[in-house]
Amino acid sequence: MNPVFLDKPEAVVLMMGNEAIARGAIEAGVDFTASYPGSPSSEIQETLAKASKIFGHHSEWSVNEKVAFEACCGASFAGLRAMTAMKQNGINVVSDVLNTVNLSGTKGGIVLLVADDAGGYSSTNEMDSRLHAKLAELPLVEPSTPAEAKEMVKYAFELSERVKLPVIIRSVTRLSHARGDVPLDKILPRTRKPQMGFFDRFVGHPMVHPLLHLRFNQVKAEFEKSAFNSYTGPENAETVISASGPSAVYAMEAVHNLGLDDQVGILKIGTTWPLPEQFIIKHLSQARQVIVFEEVDPFLEDNLKVVMADAVMSGASVPKFFGKRSGHIKGPRGAGIGEMTPDIVYDSLANILGAKRKPRSAKFMEAEKKVLEWKLPGREWAFCAGCPHRASFWVMKTALKEDDREGVLIGDIGCYSMGVSKTGYNLSRTLQCMGAGIGFANGLGNLKDFDQPVIAIAGDSTFYHSCLPGLVNAKYNKSKLVFIVLDNSGTAMTGFQPHPGTGKNALGESVEPISIEKICEGIGIPTQVVDPFEVEKAVKLLDDALEAGETRVLIFRHKCALIEGRESKEEKPRVYIDQEICLGDECGCNRFCSRVFACPGLIWDEKHKKAIIDDVVCTRCGICASICPKGAIKLEEKKIIKTMKKGKR
Amino acid sequence: MNQELINIIICGVGGQGNILASQIVASAGIKKGLKVAIGETYGASQRGGSVMSHIRFAQSFHPGPLIAKGDADLIVGFEPLEALRVLLDYGKDSTKVIFNPRPNYPLSVLSGEAKYPELDFIFSQIKNLAEKAVVLEATELARKAGNYLAQNLVMVGALAGSGWLSVPLECFQETISELFEERDKRKLNLKAFMAGVEGIQKALRA
Repeated sequence: MNPVFLDKPEAVVLMMGNEAIARGAIEAGVDFTASYPGSPSSEIQETLAKASKIFGHHSEWSVNEKVAFEACCGASFAGLRAMTAMKQNGINVVSDVLNTVNLSGTKGGIVLLVADDAGGYSSTNEMDSRLHAKLAELPLVEPSTPAEAKEMVKYAFELSERVKLPVIIRSVTRLSHARGDVPLDKILPRTRKPQMGFFDRFVGHPMVHPLLHLRFNQVKAEFEKSAFNSYTGPENAETVISASGPSAVYAMEAVHNLGLDDQVGILKIGTTWPLPEQFIIKHLSQARQVIVFEEVDPFLEDNLKVVMADAVMSGASVPKFFGKRSGHIKGPRGAGIGEMTPDIVYDSLANILGAKRKPRSAKFMEAEKKVLEWKLPGREWAFCAGCPHRASFWVMKTALKEDDREGVLIGDIGCYSMGVSKTGYNLSRTLQCMGAGIGFANGLGNLKDFDQPVIAIAGDSTFYHSCLPGLVNAKYNKSKLVFIVLDNSGTAMTGFQPHPGTGKNALGESVEPISIEKICEGIGIPTQVVDPFEVEKAVKLLDDALEAGETRVLIFRHKCALIEGRESKEEKPRVYIDQEICLGDECGCNRFCSRVFACPGLIWDEKHKKAIIDDVVCTRCGICASICPKGAIKLEEKKIIKTMKKGKR
Repeated sequence: MNQELINIIICGVGGQGNILASQIVASAGIKKGLKVAIGETYGASQRGGSVMSHIRFAQSFHPGPLIAKGDADLIVGFEPLEALRVLLDYGKDSTKVIFNPRPNYPLSVLSGEAKYPELDFIFSQIKNLAEKAVVLEATELARKAGNYLAQNLVMVGALAGSGWLSVPLECFQETISELFEERDKRKLNLKAFMAGVEGIQKALRA
C-alpha cells in the first residue's frame, strides 16, 4: 500500500508536500474532493483519487476549477467536508463564486487549497493568490513544511465549520513539490450524513455583508492564539525577521548558520489573513527593525505595516521595515519578482545586517568570471521526441505558408503553449490563460478590413475547461476562424489526468466519453478530424478550412507519445538514418531533420558529418521518415533486440 | 561522511528520471533515520529543460527544501553539461561529483545556433573545480543491465556505493524493492543499481 494511506499513527513517511496535504484531508475524514489539474497542485487530487478506493470519499477531476469548487460548496451545503486544490490561475476562475459564497456562508468544512507557482516554473504568471483572501474576506493560512501543511488542512476543516466560511490554504511550488518526512496521525472515520435542512439556505447578497464581518472577526480572534504563529529568539530582539511559507524555514536556517541566534528574533506567521494583530504588536513594537521574507508579493509586509501603523494609536513605536517595498529584499530580477531562495535570504541579511557568509574560494570566483566566455548553451523546453504537437505545428506552419496571407496562430495553455518558442516554430502569437485563445480569435475573426486568416488552438482538456463559451460565441457572431483542437487524449502537461473526452474518470472507471466533434457539430460548426502524422492530408484540410472564411473546427487527434509509451505493449520498429543516403551538409536541406524539424531524437554525427538518431531519446514515432527530402530516414524492418525495450520501467 | 548536514544535488535533463532518483535517495536516508528534505523542479520534466533535485540529509533538525549556492557536498550529474552548470553555481572546494559523460544536446545546439562545449573541456573544468570527480558510463551500464533508461538507477547506485554517504546499501535496495512492485521492473532496477555500485567502486579503486 502507498505509505501515504497507512493507518499507522506515529509512523514517519517521506511525502511530497502535495501528498501531505491530501493526507491531511484524509485524516480529517474528508467526504468530497474535486479539482482541475494545474502545476504545482495536481498531485493533491491524484493522491485523493487513489485514496478514495480505500476511504470511500468522492473524488473527481472536474472540467474546471470553478465547477470543482462549486461542487465542493454543494457538498458543504449538505454538511459534508469538502476540499478542492488548484494552481494560482485556478483561483481566478473561482473568484466569482468566492465573492458570493463568502456572504452566504457554508456548512460542512470546506477547504480551497491554492498552490502558487512562485517563479512560474510551469505557469504563465506568478500571481500571489493571497490577495484573493483579502478581496473575499476569507481566512487564509500558509504552511512552511509538508508536515505543517498536513496539520493546517485538518485545522482548516474545523475552522471552516466553526465560522461557516471556506478556508483558503496557500501553498507554493517549494512546498507542494518539496518532500519531507511527515509523521502520520490517526484517520478520522467518515460518519457525516448529507442533508439539507429547511433552514439550510445559502444566499449571497449585500444584505448579509455584516454577517461576513462578524465571522471574519471571529477568525481574527481565533488566529491570535494559533500555534501556527510563533516567535523564536531572544526576548526584545532589536532585529526581528517575519516570514511565512518556506521562506520562514530559509530564514531560520540562515540565522542559525550566520550565528545570529542570540541577536535576531523570528516571527513566523502561519495565519496570514487576517493577521494576529495583538501577537504581532507584542513582538514588533519592541523591535527597531523588521525584515520580511515571503513569496511573491509584499503581502505580509504591507499588512504588518498596517497593523503597526494602527498600533501607534495605542502608543506603540513603529520599527523600520526592510522588505520588497524598500528594495532590500530582491532576487536577480528585482523585488517582488520570482521565488524566495536561501540565496536571497543570505544576500539580504548581508546587506541589512552586514552578516556575510564565507566567500567562495578563489578557483570558483575565477570560474564564475570566466563562465560567460564559455558560452554554455541553455536548455530551452521542447516537445518530447514523438510528440504529436510537433507534427501539428509542422502542419500549421506548412499550411499557413501555402495560404500566404500572413495568417496568425492564437495559442492557449497546455504543452502546446511551447508553440511560442522554437520547438513550435515560434508560430503562436499569444500565450495567456486557459481558454483565452478562442476568445482572442473571436475578436480577430470579426475585424473589418483584417485580411489575415485566424487559427486558434486548444488542447482537449482545455477545450472542456473553458473553450465552449468562446466557440458558441464564434458561431453565433459569425467570427471567421479555424479552431484546431490538438487532441492528444489526456491532460498531458500536468501528468496525463483523464478528462470528459477520455472515457475514464478520476477513479479509472469507464464512463461514456463526451465527443468533441459532436459538441462542435451540435453548435452547427463544420468539423473534421485528422491525424497530424498524416501531414499531407492535414495540411490540405487546413488549407480548405482557411479558405472557407467562416467558423470551422479541425481536430488533430494523435495520442501523447508518453501516454502511448506507457500503454503500448507492442515493440515499434527502430528508426535509423541510412548514412549512405544522407548527404549531410552537401544535401542543401540545411540539416532539415535536426535544424528545421528539430526533434530532439535527431542529432548530428560530428564524426561522419551526417544526421544520426539518438536511440535513447527516439520514441520510434516514425514521422521524420516522411519529411526527409532524401528519404534517408528509415524504419528497421526486423524487430530490435529485446534489451532495447523502451518505457518499461 | 558523518556531518550534521549533507547537501546533495541530482541534476540532468527533463525525462532522465531525476525525480525518481531523488525519491530513492531520500527514502533510503529516512530508513537510516536521517531527517530529509527534497526540493525539485517539476515544470521542465519530460520537456528537455535543465532539472535538478536538492536532497538534504540532517542528523537533528528539519532542513528546508533548497540548498544555497556554493553549498553542495555531492553532485550527481546525469549529463555532463548539467553537472558543470550545477557545480559552478553550487560547488565548493570539498564538493565531490559523479557524472554520466553522455551528452544530451539542447535544441539550440541541434539547430546550429549554439555549440555544445568539447567534452574534454567539460571534464577538465569539473575535475579542476571539484575535490573529486568520477566519470561513470551510466547509460552503457544501464543498457547492459537491460534498459538504458535505467541510467538514473545506475547513478543512484554510484552515489550509494561511493562511500560518501553514511547510508548503507541495504537501505537503498529495500527502497527500490518497495517502489517497484512488479517483479521484472524490480529486478531490472536492482540490477542497474548494483551496476552503479560496482561501477563506482571500480572507478574509485583505479
